[in-house]
Amino acid sequence: MNSQKLYALTALFDTPDQIMKAAERVSGEYKKYDVNTPYPVHGMDDAMKLTPSKIGYFTISVGLACMSLMLYFIYWTNNVDYPQIIGGKPFFAFPAYVPIMFEITILTGAVLSVVMMISILFKFPNNAHPLHDSGYMKDVSSDKYGIYIEAKDNNFEYSKVENLYNELGAFKVTPVYYDDDELNWKPKTWEPKFVVGIVGLALFTSFSVYMHMNKVLFLPPFNWMMDQPRADYGEESNFFEDGYAMRVAPVGTIARGFIPYQYESPDSAGLYMSNPTVATKENLELGQRKFLTYCSPCHGNLAEGASRLRGQMPPGPDLRTEFYQNYEDGKLYHTITKGKGIMSGYEAQITREERWAIINYIRVLQKAYGVPASVTEEMTDTEEMAKNNENNQEASE
Amino acid sequence: MGASITIEYVKKALPAGLFKWSAVGVIVGIVLAGVALSVDMQRAAFASLLGYMFVMSIAMGSLFFIALDHITGAVWSTPFRRIAEILTNAIWVAPFLAAPILYNVFLEMGGHGLFDMYHWTHDAAVANDPFLSQKAPYLNESSFLFRTFLIWALMIIFKFILVGNSYKQDKTHNHKTNKTNAIFSALFMIVFAVSITLTAIDFMMSLEPHWFSTIFGLYYFAGTFATIIAMVALISVNFNEKGLMIEGINRDHYYSLGGWMFAFTTFWMYMAFSQFMLIWYANIPEETFWFMPRMNGYWAMASFALIFIKFIIPFGLSIQRPSKSNPKRIKFLAVWVMAAHIYDMWWISYPTYSKLYVGHEEYQDGYNYIPYFGWQEIGFLLFAVSAVFLVFAIFAKNRNLIPVGDAKIERGLNFHL
Repeated sequence: MNSQKLYALTALFDTPDQIMKAAERVSGEYKKYDVNTPYPVHGMDDAMKLTPSKIGYFTISVGLACMSLMLYFIYWTNNVDYPQIIGGKPFFAFPAYVPIMFEITILTGAVLSVVMMISILFKFPNNAHPLHDSGYMKDVSSDKYGIYIEAKDNNFEYSKVENLYNELGAFKVTPVYYDDDELNWKPKTWEPKFVVGIVGLALFTSFSVYMHMNKVLFLPPFNWMMDQPRADYGEESNFFEDGYAMRVAPVGTIARGFIPYQYESPDSAGLYMSNPTVATKENLELGQRKFLTYCSPCHGNLAEGASRLRGQMPPGPDLRTEFYQNYEDGKLYHTITKGKGIMSGYEAQITREERWAIINYIRVLQKAYGVPASVTEEMTDTEEMAKNNENNQEASE
Repeated sequence: MGASITIEYVKKALPAGLFKWSAVGVIVGIVLAGVALSVDMQRAAFASLLGYMFVMSIAMGSLFFIALDHITGAVWSTPFRRIAEILTNAIWVAPFLAAPILYNVFLEMGGHGLFDMYHWTHDAAVANDPFLSQKAPYLNESSFLFRTFLIWALMIIFKFILVGNSYKQDKTHNHKTNKTNAIFSALFMIVFAVSITLTAIDFMMSLEPHWFSTIFGLYYFAGTFATIIAMVALISVNFNEKGLMIEGINRDHYYSLGGWMFAFTTFWMYMAFSQFMLIWYANIPEETFWFMPRMNGYWAMASFALIFIKFIIPFGLSIQRPSKSNPKRIKFLAVWVMAAHIYDMWWISYPTYSKLYVGHEEYQDGYNYIPYFGWQEIGFLLFAVSAVFLVFAIFAKNRNLIPVGDAKIERGLNFHL
């Protein structure tokens, strides 16, 4: 249904020459007009006196802005959030970023230009135009050349425009009116279609969320990894020549920066090694922790030689005796590292620093319980000794 | 058909300065080149290589321009086609510039080269190098010479066919000539693709015979097409402003020339960056060693400058629409693009000269070589560029500057954006 509100007066022409002349003539008088042709006509920009479009500036600034953002994003992921060396390249591998930056510039420039066109120029969600569904539009999209002047134009006068078109040789002049439905369209919230659609959407969403949270999440995971060829513990494997599935480092392999333990006998260790650590509070606490973990099962919580093993193993000796008080630090270190008698070496379990901390702790226990007068006088930090004393007594009770 | 199109064209005399100054340039260039050859033949051969690659860009590129016009039936380029047709005569300059190189390669066949330029010409080196001995069936002296002469011969044959037909059409106004030329153009395209690739590989890539890049021919082509468009634009815009061309050539035509320069400046960057990034990313020593000297020391600055000279500056100068149709800007851009092409050729070939000058051992370690550019290069380039203009002036003397008999010429002159 057409209202009586005029949108524009349209004219159709047969040849491109006519439309060029018409465009030249109309562009001198009117502002709100446009030309529609079935294909791009060369020279039309000049005839319509169009200035170069400004959209390029928008596109390039959006493209460059998004390119910078993308560069920052790649930089952040590869350098800040999760620094990772890929292919031996530097963290900031700029040449590898260039293709992505290039693509992002093109993509965002194009997409955001279209989004701007639709949202600002076409006033989305509006999707209609008075010229749609008109005979005029049908003709110009097949083989005719059309021009129209909007009624909004300041110089618009129906009869004047009509005369102008006829002068120019238009074979058909038709007015186009606003569509009634379009003019009087009001959004209706409780339209049945809309309500049914919303309810349907809500049901579907609820159902799918329910299924995901209750069923899909509890499906057994894919366990293809279990089907892969593998070697279990103690199993013989023919994969390698020596029959072992596990590889060991070749003999003589040394980790970078690591100097292997070099003493063969406890005597030489006692002669040439000295304790490199200082018996600070932290160091003694570390020693205590490690002593209670590794040494106390055989040697007792206070190194008194009381075993918790209840006869399954012979109890370790009392480490507080004068014999062990005269034992050099290096000798103790060698014993912890390589073992002595039925005691096995703890090289693999206790780190070097921890071994020295244990030795420091053993010295404290000796001083607290061995109690030769000469030793107590040498103790400089009497307060700490008293504290240790109390602590140990409490522990023993 | 045969309905004759009559356009009003009156042949006017070329500007007097063109012949005079290009002749002066050629004479000065010959003197400098002669001195350079007598002082240091090796350096002179490298300098003549620069000139040769530029002249081949003009000679082969102009034929490509003509073939493109025929094969696509483009109308905007038809008014300029005659300029390119006259420029095809640059092929006569090429043998002079290639002479020092070819003479040395010829002597190397007997094993007595005058100087060291192409490593693959040394038989002893090839015999001890599995890489080079596998490449030997392609990279040897006789086939190098054969290919060079064959490419010249093919270019000259196609030049006589395509350009000769077009000259005849000026008198006959026969529209069927366009069709004949289109068929020969299609044939030429295949010949051209192979020829330009082989020229680039033989003369420039084989300076480092261990190195290979499959995109190298395309790389040279990108610069070639930008150069020929720039040359056509420089000449035709200058002539048109002096009124030597014809009424009707306007800013819309200029826009197309500027657009091509812009496009192939960008295309060159695409090729150059693809070549660089793939080699950089794969990080294979057989490929990266070509870029190593170019990314270290003084040459690193030259490489950095290349990005600006060949891409960023011309790109920025021609990205806006009005700048592509502004005659002043077009002329400036044309000179710039041609100079950038020569700079690019220098960037490709001269690290090898630095390497030969310094010696192999130090080349392996330091990668810090001085980029050489001096009066020898200026002499040969002066000769090459002015010889192209001189040849143009000689052959344009008695020819129309517009293909007046072409079937598309009227539409070409009415071309609008």
